[in-house]
Amino acid sequence: MVNLNINDQFVSVPEGTTVLAAAQKLKINIPTLCNHPDLCVAGNCRVCVVEQKGARTLIAACATPVSEGMDIHTNTLKVRNARKHIVELLLSEHKSDCTKCYKNTKCELQALANEFAFGDTIFLDIVEDHPYSIDISSPAFIKDDSKCIRCQRCVRTCSELQYISAITVANKGSHQKISSFHDRPMSHVVCTACGQCVTRCPTGALVEKTSIDQVWDAIYDADKHVVVQTAPAVRVALGEDLGYDPGERVTGKMVTALKQLGFDSVLDTDFSADLTIMEEGTELLTRLKKVLVDGDKKTRIPMFTSCSPGWIKFVEHKYPEYLSNLSTCKSPQQMFGALAKTYFAKKRKLDPSKIVSVSVMPCTAKKFEADRPEMRASGYKDIDFVITTRELAVMIKQAGIDFRVLKPSQYDSIMGDSTGAGVIFGATGGVMEAALRTAYEIVTGKEVPFNNLNITPVRGMDGIKEAKIKIEGCTDEWKFLEGVELKVAIAHGLTNANNIMKLVKKGKASYHFIEIMACPGGCIGGGGQPIPTSMEIRENRIKAIYSEDEHMALRKSHENPEIIALYKDFLGKPNSLKAHELLHTHYVEREHY
Amino acid sequence: MENIKGLTKVDLIFEKISPKEVLTKAYSMKSEEIIQQILDSGLKGRGGAGFPTGLKWKYAAAGKDSEKYIVCNADEGEPGTFKDREILDRVSYKVYGGMAIASRAIGAKKGIVYLRGEYRFLLPQLMKELESFHNMIDEIGYDFRIRYCMGSGAYICGEESALFESIQGDRGEPRNKPPYPTTSGVFYKPTSINNVETLVTVVMIIKHGAEKYNLLGTKDSRGSKVFSISGDTPTPGIFELELGMTVQQFVNEFGDGDTKAVQVGGASGFCVPRKKFNETIIGFEGVPTGGSMKLFNSSRSMYNVLHNYLDFFAEESCGQCTPCRVGCQQLLKGVEKVKKGDVKSTYLNELVKLADTMKVASKCGLGQSVGNAFRTIVENFREEIIY
Repeated sequence: MVNLNINDQFVSVPEGTTVLAAAQKLKINIPTLCNHPDLCVAGNCRVCVVEQKGARTLIAACATPVSEGMDIHTNTLKVRNARKHIVELLLSEHKSDCTKCYKNTKCELQALANEFAFGDTIFLDIVEDHPYSIDISSPAFIKDDSKCIRCQRCVRTCSELQYISAITVANKGSHQKISSFHDRPMSHVVCTACGQCVTRCPTGALVEKTSIDQVWDAIYDADKHVVVQTAPAVRVALGEDLGYDPGERVTGKMVTALKQLGFDSVLDTDFSADLTIMEEGTELLTRLKKVLVDGDKKTRIPMFTSCSPGWIKFVEHKYPEYLSNLSTCKSPQQMFGALAKTYFAKKRKLDPSKIVSVSVMPCTAKKFEADRPEMRASGYKDIDFVITTRELAVMIKQAGIDFRVLKPSQYDSIMGDSTGAGVIFGATGGVMEAALRTAYEIVTGKEVPFNNLNITPVRGMDGIKEAKIKIEGCTDEWKFLEGVELKVAIAHGLTNANNIMKLVKKGKASYHFIEIMACPGGCIGGGGQPIPTSMEIRENRIKAIYSEDEHMALRKSHENPEIIALYKDFLGKPNSLKAHELLHTHYVEREHY
Repeated sequence: MENIKGLTKVDLIFEKISPKEVLTKAYSMKSEEIIQQILDSGLKGRGGAGFPTGLKWKYAAAGKDSEKYIVCNADEGEPGTFKDREILDRVSYKVYGGMAIASRAIGAKKGIVYLRGEYRFLLPQLMKELESFHNMIDEIGYDFRIRYCMGSGAYICGEESALFESIQGDRGEPRNKPPYPTTSGVFYKPTSINNVETLVTVVMIIKHGAEKYNLLGTKDSRGSKVFSISGDTPTPGIFELELGMTVQQFVNEFGDGDTKAVQVGGASGFCVPRKKFNETIIGFEGVPTGGSMKLFNSSRSMYNVLHNYLDFFAEESCGQCTPCRVGCQQLLKGVEKVKKGDVKSTYLNELVKLADTMKVASKCGLGQSVGNAFRTIVENFREEIIY
């Protein structure tokens, strides 16, 4: 333990603790900006400078480890003057048109300015001295360099958490900026549109490309039937933007709010998550049969999940030789979209050209996915607009709805029923767990051998998880799997995904099935979720997801009555020709820079 | 002023010696003996910052890691400094020799010379000399190899931790300290990073002994130093001088009779005006320098001098930390506005305060030293900045 004093208060902390963390232990607040709990220490904004007795300069609290006998002061004149200067310097290079900014009142720089830099600044505005660009090329987000304060959170996110480095630091000095390979537009670099940078940008320099106005237009268009679907992870995070603590389940209130907003049908992506399990589980079993029994050399295992559009794009950019390992199943969003303008339209006797299909997603890559040319199986754009959890919160506020007093209500039917297996798609390991619950039962006729269906080895926040299930007691049709030990792995965050891919490439990964989610924690940590994010917040959201699962009457996808009806009335069998037409897709190789 | 020694020309750095003799001597010494010699010599780093070399080696020697590095900082980038080029050109074997001695002292087997990108033309010759040097130390018994790494022109890569990042193939940005290089340097291994001239001086200390070396210089500034002299002088060039002279004595020798200011230590150094020539000692007790000495006569506008420096810093800041990246731009734009009369002349006082913030709040030595030139020029030549 290391002993030190901060503001004349004694504290003892383990070696390696930062001055910032030691101060937090004493409940002494030191302002920070470039610091983020998910990222490595940068120490570059200097907002957190404090005075260390005997030191020549001030020290950055976030970047300095404690040492024995340190005498730290966080609020001296020297510190205050420096801090005020630093915040004002940041403001001088930041286009402060706050009232028009999407991040107004949610901007960390603005919050600091409120504390340290109100009134006139002595500094000159230097925003206009530099040619800056506003990059709107990505379907997922907007990058406005005039609001960038070079904290490099986005850069660290992209390289550390996601192993992509689509955004990096370019140039030096006054020309320094956050840029891409050869300054290309974001739509033409390796960016996966995951939006993790967006959830960590302290200002309005990186924000989602919003579709709020288009959705309002559709809602107000009497001629249109507006269908909305909500992803599993939205219901455990939306509350955070509406006054609740992380981990609050607001499913019923959210449904009520969507109805009050004016959506004509409020439906659930969990339904199509269940459908994904039917299609993907069948695909997995078919692949295993082809490889293990038929000796088919063209069929590839391990099979990778395909629900996460950021992950799909990652493979397309970085591991195109593994495209055929990806499940051909569309993501739940897109399965839903393809059915909304076919099956749903038919059942509800609606003209599909009059249906506007909106999805509420925890994700920014879903905006990219919806725009993919492959996603028009219904003959129309399957999903017209994707809004994030954050955008839905904005709409609820715009509509003047007092979310806290709303009475919960039920999803509409059809395509509103779901099982617990669909809900857990929102957490890392969830797709795997849902798939195992169904596949094991298809093959053996028995439930997975885990207490209360909770396949705990695939749960949790470890970057890479592995599990093995021995398949025993197969029905006649699946006899070839008797005694096979099914090996699965799960990774979340693209750095972990990349680590698994390196193993696969080296031939050191003997898995049959790998679930990968582009975002840390899975969809609950998605790029469209409420800001801020941290490990603690993500864990709370995950707890809520599993609790949602526990509270469901049905917890296995194949037991969803609407799914059973869908196959009976419309699709035939899983992986049928019709299912392939509507629910499966293909992938394309993309440039790797 | 007991520290004043007068101006004496010295021939130590460029003195022709038998490197094999010195290196054989060093090879027979224990690590602690070498370090003690260097500590006793009082040698401080010749790159400008002036950290005691012996102490640096002592820390690096204490590092537990089996892999350690000696890095020679030959990224000579301070405006007005060109002595390392001359040293490498004329006595590179002494630079290598210093690295070999350092390797004995701290227990490193690998050396890297980080050579300024603009000095690439020296490389063929340096490589040839390195080859014969390797042959020579093999004969003595050293287990040590040196390789070259080329810089690419960024001033910031002369900052030790940015230099490490550059060697590692990453963007040249300074690291947070601690940890210091002696614990976690290049490739995160214990590293001693020394300036070209420091390494040559080490060879001469081992050759002559610390006691004899101690006869040169003053208590705070031992030995001699190679100066790069430029500007308004009839005799520009490289001169090795004993430390401990006043600026006046220096100007008497190198000035053109009309010297109004001397910029000591380059753009990141201090401006000494004529009225302070007599009282200012060149060295760690007065104004330290990595060797750059620029003389300005009365035909020069100190506004232009300052503007030039600020322009340089605004360009060469790595851009990583706020005080340096934005501060440099504010200082530059600020003095321009003052000159044009767009803001009141008292705005200079605010800019001096900003320079003070940069000094205490910047991440590395670059941002911390921008204020040196700014403050000393603005304070001493205020009217030239305003009118």
